[in-house]
Amino acid sequence: MWDYSDKVKDYFFNPRNAKELKDANAVGDVGSITCGDALRLQLKVNPETEVIEDAGFQTFGCGSAIASSSALTEMIIGKTLDEAAKVTNQDIADYLDGLPPEKMHCSVMGREALDAAIANYRGITPEAQHVESPLICKCFGIDEAKIVRAVTENNLSTVQDVINYTKAGGACGSCHEKIERIIEDVKKGAYVGRYVTTDMEAVRRAAQGGSCAQDPLAAPQGAGDAGQIHDHGHDHDHDHDHDHDHDHSQDQTAAVRDPETRPLNMAEHFSGRMQRRQEAAAADTSGPNPDHLLWAPVAALIDEIRPGLQGDGGDIELVHVDFTRIDVRLTGQCEGCMMEDMTLSFIADLIEERLRLKAPVVNVARDFGGSGEVL
Amino acid sequence: MRVYLDNNATTRVDPLVRDEMMPFLDEEYGNPSSMHSFGAGVSRALDLARSRVAALLGAERESEIIFTSCATESDNTAIWSALQAYPDRHEIITSAVEHPAILQLCSFLEERGYVIHRVPVDSHGRLDLDFYASCLSDRVALASVMWANNETGTVFPVPELARMAHEKGILFHTDAVQGVGKLPICLKDTCIDMLSFSGHKIHAPKGVGALYVRYGVRFRSFMKGGHQERGRRAGTENAASIAALGRACELASQGLNRMDTEIRRLRDRLEQGILSQVPRCFVTGDPENRTPNTSNIAFEFVEGEGILLKLDREGIAASSGSACTSGSLEPSHVMTAMKVPFTAAHGTVRFSLSRFTTQEEVDYVVSKVPGIIADLRSMSPYWKQAEEGAPAFDPEFRGTLGT
Repeated sequence: MWDYSDKVKDYFFNPRNAKELKDANAVGDVGSITCGDALRLQLKVNPETEVIEDAGFQTFGCGSAIASSSALTEMIIGKTLDEAAKVTNQDIADYLDGLPPEKMHCSVMGREALDAAIANYRGITPEAQHVESPLICKCFGIDEAKIVRAVTENNLSTVQDVINYTKAGGACGSCHEKIERIIEDVKKGAYVGRYVTTDMEAVRRAAQGGSCAQDPLAAPQGAGDAGQIHDHGHDHDHDHDHDHDHDHSQDQTAAVRDPETRPLNMAEHFSGRMQRRQEAAAADTSGPNPDHLLWAPVAALIDEIRPGLQGDGGDIELVHVDFTRIDVRLTGQCEGCMMEDMTLSFIADLIEERLRLKAPVVNVARDFGGSGEVL
Repeated sequence: MRVYLDNNATTRVDPLVRDEMMPFLDEEYGNPSSMHSFGAGVSRALDLARSRVAALLGAERESEIIFTSCATESDNTAIWSALQAYPDRHEIITSAVEHPAILQLCSFLEERGYVIHRVPVDSHGRLDLDFYASCLSDRVALASVMWANNETGTVFPVPELARMAHEKGILFHTDAVQGVGKLPICLKDTCIDMLSFSGHKIHAPKGVGALYVRYGVRFRSFMKGGHQERGRRAGTENAASIAALGRACELASQGLNRMDTEIRRLRDRLEQGILSQVPRCFVTGDPENRTPNTSNIAFEFVEGEGILLKLDREGIAASSGSACTSGSLEPSHVMTAMKVPFTAAHGTVRFSLSRFTTQEEVDYVVSKVPGIIADLRSMSPYWKQAEEGAPAFDPEFRGTLGT
C-alpha cells in the first residue's frame, strides 16, 4: 500500500472543489482514460482583475491524482492568473506534505491542467501552444519538451525520477537511453534557449505536448487517446543516434493531435506496444551475443572450419547466433566468392549435424538492406 | 466491521494449522536428517505432511511431493528442470496470463535465445486451444499453463492440455496456486507431470510450498546442496511450516465441498448484489468456469486505487488490476490480454472469498460498494458525459448474472 500522508488522505476522502463550475470561463483538460488518469480543471476568472474567484475539478485517477487536483484548486483560488502561473508541481506536492516518489506525476498533471486553463482563458489554442519537440516515450506519448521541463524544474537525475514525474519510460523501457541522454544534456545546459528559457510561459507551452495532454472528454465517444502510439509508428525509432541535432522538420508530433487516428481501446494501445517491442528485439539481433548459449558451440565449429578457408585466402567471423538464424561474415577471398553459397550451406549442415540445430546461416557481409542471402 | 476479501493474495492461518506447527517452534527442534531421536519426531512429521499433501492432490505416491519455499520456487524449479533434462529442446509453451513467476522467467530465457510461445486468451479469458495445439512439437521442452487464473479465477482445461502435450511427447507443468483447495484435483487420473502450489493461499503460513513431480519424470534439482527431499531440493526443511502445510491440505480437502456450494453461493450473492445496484460494470473472465471464490468486476470510468482506498476505509480488503495499485504504470497483463475495454481497464476490482467468509460480511460489502463507485464517478470527468451521451456500455457477455 502507498504511504500517503494524512493530508493526501484527507484531500482524497474529503475533496475540496470537486465540482463542475457552471459559470467557468477557463477550462484545462489533461490526461486520458487510457493513460489511467485525467483531469478537467475549470476556473472562474474575474475579467477586470484576473483574479481566480472559483475553481473546480473533475478527476479520473488514483487517490493522489484526486488529492493533487483538489489541493491545486485550493492553492489558486484568490490568486491572479500571473500569480497562479508560478505554482509548480513541487508546490502541489509540498502542499500535501509530499507524495510518494512514484506518484509525483499526479502533481505534474495538476500543473499541466493549470497551464492549459490559463492558456484557454487567454485564447491560446492548443495548436498555437504547441512547440515542436521529438516524441521520446511512445507508450505514454511524452515528448522531449515535457521531460526537459520536468528534469529542469525538479532537478531530476535518474530515469526512475523521470518515470515518477512524467511516466515517460514507465512501460516498454525502450526509450531509457534517450531519457538518460536528455538528463545529461540538461545538466550540461544544452537546452537553454530551446525549451528552458527565462520565459516561463514559453516553457509551459512547450510542456503541452504528448497524448496525455488531450481533452479527456474525447475518449468515451469511442476515440481513445494516446493515438500517436500508432500514428507515429517507427518514425522515431532511429533518431536516438543523432545526438540531439533535433531536426524538427522530421518531427511528427502534429499527427498526435489528429483525433481520428486514435486507437479505440487498451488492447490496441498495448498490442501496438508489444509489436514495437518485438520490432526492437528483431532489430537488435544483428550484434554479437557471446552470452547466448549457442554462441560457444557454434563458435567452436566456425573455428574448426576456419583453417580451410584461410588456406584459400579467406576468413570467417561469427556475428550473431540464435535459434532461428546464424549470422557470419565472410571476408578476404571468401568475399564475393562463387563458392560462398556452398560454404554457407556446408556450415549449416555441420551445425545441424553436430548441434541438432536447423537454422539458416547468413553472410551479413552480403546482407545489405535486410533481404539477406538465406540458405 | 473488517472484511477480508483478498484471499487470492494470501489467507489467514487457520488456528488448527497454527496448533499443528507450534511444537516445531518449541521442543521439536531437531534436524530431520539427524540420526538421533531429536530429529526422529520431526522426520515423522514431514512424512505425515507429505502424505496429506499427496492426498489432497490425488497423487499416486507420497514421494512425488517435494517441499519448497513457495510456489515461485516450485515454478522456477519445474521450468529449469525441464530445460536441463531436455537440453536439445529450446521452446516453452505457456499462456499470456500466467503469474509473473512463470512469465518473468520465460522472458529471461527468451533473452537468452529460447523460443517462448504465449498462448493468447479471448475476451472472457479462455485459452486459444488451436494456438496451443499448433505450438506442440518435438522442439518443446515444457508446456506450463496455470490451473486457474489469479485475477479472474478463470479455470483452464489443464488435464486436457496435459493430454495434448503428452501425445506429442512433451512434459506438462501447471501452476495450480489458485486451483488447489478450491477445485477437486486428482493427479493420478491425469497425465500432468508437475504441479506447483503454495501454502499461504490455503490457510498455511507464508514461506512454504510444494512441487509435485510424477514418478518417473526426468527431474534436475534447482537448489544444490544437501540430500534433503531425496536430493531433489537441498536445504534444511522448514519443518514447522511443512507440518502446517500438511494440516492445511487436510482441512482444504475437507472443505472442498463447502467451497463448491456455500462459498460459491456467497460469491454469487456478492456479485449479483453489486451488478444489480451499480450501472455500467461487468464481470471479467469466464463466469461459467471460474474458481468458486473469485469475482473480478470491472467498473467503467473509475480508477481502481480510489476504489480500494475507499473500501479500506470501510474495513474492506480487495485488490485491483489497475496500474496505480501495482507500482507499474500499466494495467494488469491479464486485463490487457483479455482486451478489457479501455473505459474499464483501470477500474477492475477482485473480490476473493475464503471458507471463513460469512454472509454477513458479503452483505456488508454489497451495502458499501455502490456508494463508493457513485462517489468516485461523480468526480470523474468521463462519467457525466457517459451518462448523457454514449449509449449504455453493453459488454458482450454477462454470463448468467445479467442484471
